[in-house]
Amino acid sequence: MTGATSSRRFETALLYAVIAVGLAITLLPFLWVASGSLRSTGEIMRNPGAWFPERLTIENFVALFERHRFLGYLINSSLVSVLTVLTNVGFGAMVGYALGKLEFRGKRLVYAAVLCALMVPLSALFVPQFIVTVKLGLANSLFGVAAPMLLTPISIFIFRQYVISVPDELLEAARLDGAGEFRVFAQFVLPMCRPALATIAVMSFLASWNNFLWPLIIAQDEGVYTLPVGLAVASRAANRTEFGLLLAGAVVILLPVLILFLVLQRQFAMGFAGQGVK
Amino acid sequence: MMRRQSLVALIFVAPFLVIFGAYTLIPTILAAVISVTDITTMGLRNPFDAAFVGIANFTRILRDPIFLQSMRTTLVVVVTAVPLTMALGLALAIALNKPIRHFRGIFRGGFYLPVVVNMVAIGVIWKYAFSDQGLINSGLESWGMSAPNWLGDPHWALPTVIALGVWRNFGFCMVLFLAGLQTIPEDLYEAAKVDGASRWQSFMGITLPMLRPTTLLVSILMTIFFLQVFDEPYVLTGGGPLNTTTSVALYTYKQFSFGNINLASAASFLLLLVVGAITALQLIVLRPKN
Repeated sequence: MTGATSSRRFETALLYAVIAVGLAITLLPFLWVASGSLRSTGEIMRNPGAWFPERLTIENFVALFERHRFLGYLINSSLVSVLTVLTNVGFGAMVGYALGKLEFRGKRLVYAAVLCALMVPLSALFVPQFIVTVKLGLANSLFGVAAPMLLTPISIFIFRQYVISVPDELLEAARLDGAGEFRVFAQFVLPMCRPALATIAVMSFLASWNNFLWPLIIAQDEGVYTLPVGLAVASRAANRTEFGLLLAGAVVILLPVLILFLVLQRQFAMGFAGQGVK
Repeated sequence: MMRRQSLVALIFVAPFLVIFGAYTLIPTILAAVISVTDITTMGLRNPFDAAFVGIANFTRILRDPIFLQSMRTTLVVVVTAVPLTMALGLALAIALNKPIRHFRGIFRGGFYLPVVVNMVAIGVIWKYAFSDQGLINSGLESWGMSAPNWLGDPHWALPTVIALGVWRNFGFCMVLFLAGLQTIPEDLYEAAKVDGASRWQSFMGITLPMLRPTTLLVSILMTIFFLQVFDEPYVLTGGGPLNTTTSVALYTYKQFSFGNINLASAASFLLLLVVGAITALQLIVLRPKN
């Protein structure tokens, strides 16, 4: 019996070791980017394969913002993401509430449209979306960069699923007290659905901050590049001597998401569930 | 009452109607229309000058060796990356569901991290690590192993791109499998144990069959994802060397950037058909019993 327990223990220890090594390998790229972005250009040229810097330097970050236009890209990415989060939270809640709690003609049709939109892969529609954006006069504007993401169907879906669980009696009571539909929504529904709003905020921030194909297509002018577009363009033009600079650019893109991930694990976890239904 | 609510509801759903119309409904119709005309980006100023060409765009891309190669490449990506991603995700989910009791949060969070980070940034990091004399090769050489030119060699470029795709997605599979595993009642395993079943037998007899709905969902989500693979090859190789890593989505983008929006639309349309068929399959197969 003791033999069985100790072999069981050994197995568990082995499993921990394997999982820990797997985790270390998975997270290697974050080590590479941290060490590479802090190496000088001269050092990378002399010894491209070194895993750790001989001397730490922030020259790449300084160059990124002083000689290159990454500050502009950072501002563009931030503006687009803030706008996307605000519209997804606001509109997502409005539409989700209507679909979950109001009765109106055409409700089933609208809900079917939301489900359809959930399934259409956006990467397959970028050509006509480009044409629509051009014809709307939004090409080469930050609003055009944000446009297709302003209200994603998943935001509506998450809010609808959540708001359904709010008891109808509460809303009826508010209505009997004389509150109009908009007040019921703003004063009663929104505060009760804070977790759903937080999930929508996190998911739409990620979708917007990480979006690449659409901004690549619609932002033709450097003035409206987002960070991923700016980094991709720089990366294709660069030779390997500029790796330090590119890695510093990667850090600028990754850092906000890493911080959010550490702070808001709960909302990320709820996001999984939302994606799962997709 | 009902009528007032209808009016209010219309205001509430208006944002969706506007954005859905402009960015899903109209584009879907446009995509079909453009793919049967000879319009190019230059011709967008006078769109009504475009001529109807029937299925000429489709026959043209289907005769383009680069498009055929991109279909083959996409297929190779799907049939290798989907099972790899799922196997890794399932193995981790099983390990983190019961046997691993400590540091669960750290393990789950750490393995999930690749799902939420930006692919362009990660692509730059991989390029740095996998370049000719980069970190991976210096590591391999110090162990006395031969080091290929990962991104420059036509035999190694696609596997490297696939590895990045797997790295990015296995944490997503893990999370869905974990959710699936938590729905399996513990008594089933207890009963099997009483009957003298080995752990392998309970895995084959209980875990896998009970996970069937999850497995199906994950496999379809991953197939749809990898069918549209774009970011990884765009950033790592730009589609080269010798177009070996050009996926269908990347081919579409290239045609678009050459101004051939008619050919790009035809290619997108084919991709949309395949993705649509798989999504329909998902709905039919996964429809809840009640």
